[in-house]
Amino acid sequence: MADPLAWHRLQFAFTIVYHYLFPQLTMGLALIIVLLKARALRPGGEAYATAARFWVRIFGLNFVVGVVTGIPMEFQFGTNWARFSAVTGEVVGQLLAIEGLFAFFLESSFLAMLVWGEKKLGPKKHFAAALALFVGSWMSGVIIITTNAFMQNPVGYGRGPDGVFVIQDLGAYLFNPWALAQFAHNQMASLVTASFVVTAVGAFWFLGGAHLEQARLNLKVGTGLGLLASVLVAFPTGDLQAKLVAHHQPAALAAMEGRFESGTRAEIHLLGQPNVKERKLDNPIGVPMVLSFLAFGRFNAEVKGLNEFPEADWPDNIELLYYSFHVMVGLGTLFIGLMGLAVLFRWRGWLEKTRPLLWALMLAFPFPYIANTAGWMTAELGRQPWLVYGLLRTADGASPTVHAGSTLFTLIGFCGLYLVLGLAFLFLVGREVTHGPEAAHA
Amino acid sequence: MPEISTVWFWLVALLLTAWAVLDGFDFGAGILHRFVARTDSERREVLGAIGPVFDGNEVWLIAAGGSLYFAFPRLMAAAFSGFYLPMIFVVWALLLRGVSLELRSHVTNSLWRSFFDTTFGVSSFAVPLLMGALLGNLVRGVPLREDGYFELGLFAAGGDLGVLDGYTFLCALLVLTTLAAHGANWLVWKTQGPMHQRVRSLRLPLWLGSCSLWLLTTFVTWRVAPDVIARFPQRPLAWLGLVLVLGGLTTVFLKRKEELAPFAGGVAFIVGCLVMTAACLFPVALRANEAALSLSVASAATGASAMKGALLWAGPGVLLAAGYLWWVLRHFRGKVTAARDGEGY
Repeated sequence: MADPLAWHRLQFAFTIVYHYLFPQLTMGLALIIVLLKARALRPGGEAYATAARFWVRIFGLNFVVGVVTGIPMEFQFGTNWARFSAVTGEVVGQLLAIEGLFAFFLESSFLAMLVWGEKKLGPKKHFAAALALFVGSWMSGVIIITTNAFMQNPVGYGRGPDGVFVIQDLGAYLFNPWALAQFAHNQMASLVTASFVVTAVGAFWFLGGAHLEQARLNLKVGTGLGLLASVLVAFPTGDLQAKLVAHHQPAALAAMEGRFESGTRAEIHLLGQPNVKERKLDNPIGVPMVLSFLAFGRFNAEVKGLNEFPEADWPDNIELLYYSFHVMVGLGTLFIGLMGLAVLFRWRGWLEKTRPLLWALMLAFPFPYIANTAGWMTAELGRQPWLVYGLLRTADGASPTVHAGSTLFTLIGFCGLYLVLGLAFLFLVGREVTHGPEAAHA
Repeated sequence: MPEISTVWFWLVALLLTAWAVLDGFDFGAGILHRFVARTDSERREVLGAIGPVFDGNEVWLIAAGGSLYFAFPRLMAAAFSGFYLPMIFVVWALLLRGVSLELRSHVTNSLWRSFFDTTFGVSSFAVPLLMGALLGNLVRGVPLREDGYFELGLFAAGGDLGVLDGYTFLCALLVLTTLAAHGANWLVWKTQGPMHQRVRSLRLPLWLGSCSLWLLTTFVTWRVAPDVIARFPQRPLAWLGLVLVLGGLTTVFLKRKEELAPFAGGVAFIVGCLVMTAACLFPVALRANEAALSLSVASAATGASAMKGALLWAGPGVLLAAGYLWWVLRHFRGKVTAARDGEGY
């Protein structure tokens, strides 16, 4: 493994996957906190204020870890991906600078006030602090996704001397259709994570017979928003995203589905193991015509297989891409079912007596994290072997002077630091959850 | 009108200077933390003095990094990859610092707190040391190759350059001592009680150390990078920097009985040092040992039209950030008291 490229990729993948475990909760949770606090401002909203106070504590812990694990991401553009950075100042660096100035300053100014300042600020100003965190974190999301969308589907650009990317059409660059679909999809996925976590805590308290009023409130809010977000993440946002992939990255779509042969009335595979060496999917179980319909809106549409593309342009980890996509879609489907059931049972008044369902809701919270991660792995593995799709290969983006030994050294360091950080985080969040929604403890 | 790349050079310098000044006192407080604050309540006082502001202060670095990436992508690519290990060490130290500050007060257990007090101190020590050494490298120059990249070991050995050699170590010491002194100024301003007295008595020796290290570093720079020093007379901003340095030091020493004035003097000293350095390095963005290979501000820059257009967001963005800073400082004005458990840092 003397080639540093694999280690650069592994380090970036590890640090970004770890990082995104936190913003995916805080973005969704910020919205939930704003909703809770808005309700708390109206008469009879004390229970909502208590719930908001608990979630602000969880939000604070997650936000902190999100911030500290976010800093390495910006640095790594320069340290590990220097040749990519050297040509993308205008199309990537610019948005990172804007994110810092407009989102991070906003968030950092209000975070301490949100976490510690409720008494000092009073309900209305404290609500404003929550709103500021919501706006800041979603702004950060839209900026990063616009950056990513340029790498997925470069539009509005030109190439200057030395292959430098320049923006020629600002409107096209900013309103990249990929960015709009991906942002909507991603924010809904973030709301899925947050509402599953809220639901799980509610179920945990309820099953333990503690904090019943707050448990019910969390179950109500969590399952309601959970069903809404689970549906929206699939349709229309996920559907829109899939059509964009089909249109702009046909090789990625083929790999996501383990499809080697082209043809019309393409089936979608529910199960199967991609066998890249023999260019086929082993043990496939599929539904005919569905892929054609999902990708192009017509049951007889032609969907290309990987055989149509030169191997050099294939995503370089077809197996992982295939499983990432299927895990995401499979889990997403289950989420709609589970939350649909929960909402139905709650509406009929059966939920509190149906302990197996409460158990399922309590234990379900890790799965949105897995689905979100799998979704991003689908997007990023599908983009391979390119950094900027069709224009700049991943192999041509790494730093020329950083060798494998240095990168592995820092990767090991990140693993160690993040392990300790993760343990401390889990300990603190676990304490908050077992302590319950009442006033903060020492 | 100056070249647009020159405008961005100073804009990035402004953001970096803001980071050095603002996060600088956080690091300084962190360096002193374990030594001056002896009881838990004193330690919470230190944390309370920087807790509400450090996160925002750190964002100046992120904004500077993003702006550097936008305006001088080739400089960022060369410097960040060439300084690979020290850069990642900075990242780790920043990570550890943030985590220590934020997590310490969540648990009352004394071992938990002691652990994070130490990691907070060590990480606050590491960032100025590394950044000082990196700044020294920019002045001394790096072995840039024709392709615009360089490779540099951590330690100078056997005639080979390294990130750490005598000169850059001196720069690291200067930055470390100055930020410790700057942090002491901040703590004197923001705290009261026995710890306040302890920090107060540390201020003078720290500033004397900083002042002598500055003189020594300037003298050695004259030997290490004579061409950089030689630009001084023709650079009006360098003269302004010198005025700030001298005025700042004078204030620090003459007004040493006061609280706010020495802090302002320290700010002037740090800003002056950085302005002088930037003014004398200009028009070189990354100094190569082989002068012909140096990366100039103009040649490392993004396209002119993009940089002009970007002033539309950069101007309001910086003003907005300054507005937040003013607002947060105003909100947390006055002396801090240690927060009770569950109510703050």
